[in-house]
Amino acid sequence: MNQMQNRSLSFLFQIGGLILAVLFVTIILVLVDAKPLDAFRLIWEGATGNSTRVASVFVVWVPLLLVTCGLLATFTAGLWNIGIEGQITVGAIFTTGVMRLFLGSSVSPVIVIILSMLAGMLGGAIWAALAGLLKTFGGVNEIFGGLGLNFIATALNIGLIFGAWSRPGIASMSGTEPFPEQFWLPTFQGFRISLWSIGFAIIGLVIIYFLLQGTHFGLRLKAVGKGIKSAFRMGIPTWQHMMLSFVICGLFAGLAGAIQVTGVYHRLIPSISSGYGFMGLMIAMLINFQAIWLAPIALFFAALNIGGIQLPIVMKLDSALTGVLQGSLVLFVLLMQGVKQRFAEKK
Amino acid sequence: MNIEFRNINKSFGPVRANIDLNFSIKSGTIYGILGENGAGKSTLMKILSGFYKPDSGQILLNGKPVIIESPADAIKYGIGMLHQDPLDFPPMRIIENFIVGQKGGLIPSYKETIHEFKELQTKFGFTLDPEAYVDTLTVGERQQLEILRLLWMGANALILDEPTTGISAQQKEKLFAALRILAEQGKTIIFVSHKLEDVEILCGKVAILRKGILVGELPAPYQTDKLVEMMFGKVITLGDRNNVSQSNIVFELKNIFVEQYPMRIENVNFRLQAGEVIGLAGMEGSGQDVLLRACVGLIRPISGSVIVIGKDLTGKNYHEFMKNGVSFLPASRLEEGLVPGLTLAEHFTIAGEETKGLFIDKEYFKQKAEKMIDEYHIIGHQSSTVESLSGGNQQRAALSLLRNSLSIILLEHPTRGLDIESAIYMWGKLKERCMLGTSIFFISGDLEEILQYSDRILVFFSGHVSPPLDAVTTSLDQLGQLIGGKGWDQVFDIQENYESNAKS
Repeated sequence: MNQMQNRSLSFLFQIGGLILAVLFVTIILVLVDAKPLDAFRLIWEGATGNSTRVASVFVVWVPLLLVTCGLLATFTAGLWNIGIEGQITVGAIFTTGVMRLFLGSSVSPVIVIILSMLAGMLGGAIWAALAGLLKTFGGVNEIFGGLGLNFIATALNIGLIFGAWSRPGIASMSGTEPFPEQFWLPTFQGFRISLWSIGFAIIGLVIIYFLLQGTHFGLRLKAVGKGIKSAFRMGIPTWQHMMLSFVICGLFAGLAGAIQVTGVYHRLIPSISSGYGFMGLMIAMLINFQAIWLAPIALFFAALNIGGIQLPIVMKLDSALTGVLQGSLVLFVLLMQGVKQRFAEKK
Repeated sequence: MNIEFRNINKSFGPVRANIDLNFSIKSGTIYGILGENGAGKSTLMKILSGFYKPDSGQILLNGKPVIIESPADAIKYGIGMLHQDPLDFPPMRIIENFIVGQKGGLIPSYKETIHEFKELQTKFGFTLDPEAYVDTLTVGERQQLEILRLLWMGANALILDEPTTGISAQQKEKLFAALRILAEQGKTIIFVSHKLEDVEILCGKVAILRKGILVGELPAPYQTDKLVEMMFGKVITLGDRNNVSQSNIVFELKNIFVEQYPMRIENVNFRLQAGEVIGLAGMEGSGQDVLLRACVGLIRPISGSVIVIGKDLTGKNYHEFMKNGVSFLPASRLEEGLVPGLTLAEHFTIAGEETKGLFIDKEYFKQKAEKMIDEYHIIGHQSSTVESLSGGNQQRAALSLLRNSLSIILLEHPTRGLDIESAIYMWGKLKERCMLGTSIFFISGDLEEILQYSDRILVFFSGHVSPPLDAVTTSLDQLGQLIGGKGWDQVFDIQENYESNAKS
């Protein structure tokens, strides 16, 4: 009974947060002299108006979902893996690197794609493990370590695009030379989305759900996150578990980066991570680290991202507005959680 | 101030902490609230001091119903609470602590406040130095500071939650004298305790709670048996030492030298026999905790060796000790013992000795948790998070989590904050293990507990460790002197005899 009440109360407060976020964005729209209803309709239509747009939403959904899956592992261990952006980027770099090795070789493209995606996962894992090593052995908080590693990853990426891997003659922000079509993840006829990448996302979600909910490893990770000293005293090797959670997160981030290269851009571009890492952090907070809500909320965020593209085209508004909506959504929902807690304490 | 509770109810999930409590407290009295752990004493006091809101019921102050929203609100109404753990600011000076709670005034007047502070404390015979830093004070002195602060902020009613835990006998006398003065001045004193002797000598009237219900109120003088019966619903007696120690050595310290600033312990040699109970006595911070942690690999000794059942584990970490059948139960239960946020069932899942596959057999561990909850009389549910349990029940849970096949259990303050019944229960369970050959090493601040249950005793005084004393031939007085740093010459005579006996 009590728990039911508590849950429905939670839900009410969350809806309250959503309403406040929409109100907040509405106020901003009014301030910039735009018609809020038109803008919201435009976002909706931009995301669902035709099948190409829906497919585009899923193109965003896949990496967003994968990245957030990884982040659930680190959050469970009580870690703030801010370095997630860099892990996506390094994943993409590794994928591109391996693929370049096989350009013009006679190896089957299927094997090349598989190898390069595995390399991407490895790259993400290495970058995440670095943040973990810095924390475990260097005493560098993972937030600062991750932040530093993000900058290094970005610099590395730009350096490669304009240097070693630049297009012959015309090094540019548009990225490296596109890969030949046989190295692309096969997509739906006429759409940008690949069934394979959707498959990876769903498998990833299922794995992380069962890993965290049903396994001894997941429970130990949770214990480390909630009380590291007690967990150690109960016999859990704590730093090893933290390292493993970093590696798991890095594998997911690297896979997201690999899909960005093989399935979406077919080359390395400067903003290959597309900010999905930070968005993943927001989603993880919004769903209160519960994997069960991940798929729909990530879809919602992806839809906002794609729908927002219409804003500058039709209404001459900046598409960053959807970012404002996403950000304020997280802030207001967290705020309402705080309000609810105070409310509950009083009772 | 007259305080009246009317039909107070408070539940935490499925646990009903206070059930229809009705009673009133007259101003100018020292009123005791007695009950075992988890009886609902602390909950009721937290309601009165604004930490919790009751689910239903009313509080009346001087006949007027009030709603106390927060601790700050409570002090406005003149209710001050002295917590089990003093909530002060250790790195600040006493006088700064005192001023923090002061209302108004951008620039606090130090001179004036110091003057007022001194005047106030002489009334109670306290001798605190207002310029001293709080972290140099003993628990008892902090308590004195807190009482002064609450009075200065205008408290008319003082709630003291287990105030005699961790303070010396002298400080206790001072505290009681101060409380009597306050009562004479017409203040209301509420004294929450599970210690019968304290309640008996101090309180004019006492309410006894059991499982959230008011069992009854009694005026002084009290019959101890009657109080015990009301508290527990039955008459209980203390257990005994069991003398099951066997001659084989399970644990040995050789020339151990440990340092943890500022504590330094030199040259400890000690052998522990199977089934033996060793008590570590001493004032808090005399080095017992440092040595105990060195015994389980949580602190690395600088030199010397630690040998567990013939295996040299010096310098190995705690997990290596665990693998060799050593387990450590620290005093800070929710920081080092149990994981807040995890349920009892989840604790059993982590701590269990079962071989574990990839997936958790949730049904199995639920049943295991329920079985252990039953066996160890834990008041809680398998799905209760550990922080929702009362202190005594947390301790029972921690004990129930220990593996069966242990050769040594090391405990820090195993019964601190527990009522008599829980303490006896703890020891009953521990002794069962001794019968099976497990040895026990424990720290306690309660000398009677040490004398009661140990076979041998190590006494600590500022880093010095006595040779093992035979508990049977040691008296409470002698032990009290030793922990205070007196009579050590004699002890070393004993050691010399002991050593020469050992040689011959």
